[in-house]
Amino acid sequence: MASEIMTSPASAGGDTPNKRPLLASLRHVDKVFGTDVVALKDMSLDIHQGDFISLLGPSGCGKSTALRIITGLMQPSRGKMHWEDPEAANNLGVVFQEPTLMPWATVEKNVYLPHKLKGTPKSRVQNDIDEVLELVGLDKFAGAYPRELSGGMKMRVSIARALATRPRLILMDEPFAALDEITRQKLNDDLLHLKSKINCTVIFVTHSVFESVFLSDRIVVMARRPGRVIEEIRVDAPYPRDLEFRTSAEYGEIARRTSDALLSAIGDGDDH
Amino acid sequence: MITEDTAENKAALMGSGPVVDSEEAARQRAKKVEKIAGFALPIGLFVALIGFWEYWVVAAEIPHYILPSPSVIIAKLFENLPSLSISWWTTFKITVGALVLAMLGGGGLAVLFTQSRRIEQALMPYVIVLQVTPIIAIAPLIFLYIDSHMVRVLFVAWIVAFFPILSNSALGLRSTDHNLNDLFTIYGASRWQRLRFLQLPSALPSFLGGMRIAGGLALIGAVVAEFTMGSGGNAAGLAFRILEASYRLKVPDMFAALVLVILTGVAIYLILAWVTWKLLHKWHESAITRE
Ligand SMILES: Nc1ncnc2c1ncn2[C@@H]1O[C@H](COP(=O)(O)OP(=O)(O)O)[C@@H](O)[C@H]1O
Ligand SMILES: [Mg+2]
Repeated sequence: MASEIMTSPASAGGDTPNKRPLLASLRHVDKVFGTDVVALKDMSLDIHQGDFISLLGPSGCGKSTALRIITGLMQPSRGKMHWEDPEAANNLGVVFQEPTLMPWATVEKNVYLPHKLKGTPKSRVQNDIDEVLELVGLDKFAGAYPRELSGGMKMRVSIARALATRPRLILMDEPFAALDEITRQKLNDDLLHLKSKINCTVIFVTHSVFESVFLSDRIVVMARRPGRVIEEIRVDAPYPRDLEFRTSAEYGEIARRTSDALLSAIGDGDDH
Repeated sequence: MITEDTAENKAALMGSGPVVDSEEAARQRAKKVEKIAGFALPIGLFVALIGFWEYWVVAAEIPHYILPSPSVIIAKLFENLPSLSISWWTTFKITVGALVLAMLGGGGLAVLFTQSRRIEQALMPYVIVLQVTPIIAIAPLIFLYIDSHMVRVLFVAWIVAFFPILSNSALGLRSTDHNLNDLFTIYGASRWQRLRFLQLPSALPSFLGGMRIAGGLALIGAVVAEFTMGSGGNAAGLAFRILEASYRLKVPDMFAALVLVILTGVAIYLILAWVTWKLLHKWHESAITRE
């Protein structure tokens, strides 16, 4: 299992995922619900600083469960969630499939939430808030309520909130799955742009092959029943990635391989 | 008609300005009709009914002690206004007092329930028993056990009003978005922060829904309380005035007091609807008027 395939010789000059310092890792993690639902079986994953990791797999293969274990919302049944620097565990950014905003609060107050819950006065972080709002292009909407925004804009607020405390690790659970294709591509571009600016680590759950290839430098393909990692595919194309990468032969080749891996992941399950 | 071109038609023919096709025109007409009908229909029906009532009482020569005409009722209302307004004040005080107590009791209990599932399990059966027991049936007991008239009446009105606030608030507090809940956990929110910044705002719309129901019930409770407990010798409330008038077959007096009860109920409803709108219109779907 977990075979590693090098797609192409390291092209990003030294900064390849396996040379970056370790941030955290899942070590032989099992998660069992009830007595017989094995959501994760022996999952190991090293997360390095600066990685963009996609978890790709059919629904029910334990992607969300893995994220919940990383956030600490859930404890593994067996194995361990290890943090190199425990401080990083206390400062996470999370984005869900739904924007998950507080409808009664303005955009700005939604973005302030993580700071507020940590007891930081708003005046002290006002600059940070303004800055992230500008980063996601919503500085003009600071005073708007969520219902006044489109789906894509709400998702941007959600991302701004996740970035507000400048976390080392950002976890995103199918964040763009509910958006239309055009909005989704725009947000993919913007996400890469953001990541290059603030230099964080991202774990991104998706069931879109193309999204995972475009965004990540590591694609972790998972299968279900039991939920497990079956393959890791590396994408060594340098950032920034743009339309040119999306139409390149390299992209097509990796996408094909990723699709094959995903197909075998689906074939591995005992039902669909 | 052939020579008469509307401005829109001209603009459309010249290829500039907004094009208003017949469908759009029909829709705008329908919108206008809808808007006018919204207040014209109820007011029109009201005027027609009152007019018919007035006409019928006069035409059929129905005596006042069976059914007074609207004009007689209004005259009676003004004639009795000094004493009626004192009674109104009594009823109003009981109603508002019961509503405030129901708000504190129902809302407080709901918060307590969300804080401790054990307390909810222990108390819920008693809350339900209290709710399903017909208040009239236990009125004599309340009369027996509680000495102060004011406390008795408030207690009765409170029992009637508090349940919708409790059940609505509890439902609202429980139905917070589970992702937001997780987010609060991830950010290490304290119990108090979760209550204050997540659960209470989430529950506000359903709490206010409960308040609107309870407002009407508090008034009913205040009336029922006085029917069953009497006036207590002090300033009699509107319910007691209705009873008193009925004993003496002073039917116009009865109607005059009844009109005040109804107006009070409508006023309470409107005030609570306004408060709801004030608090929710910026963010909650229920309070948003869509085009
Ligand atoms: N809280 C839970 N209780 C019981 N079963 C669960 C729970 N959460 C997830 N599962 C089960 O674990 C498996 C993996 O779920 P999940 O991690 O949500 O998958 P994914 O996010 O990849 O779609 C599924 O079979 C799901 O039904
Ligand atoms: Mg999931």
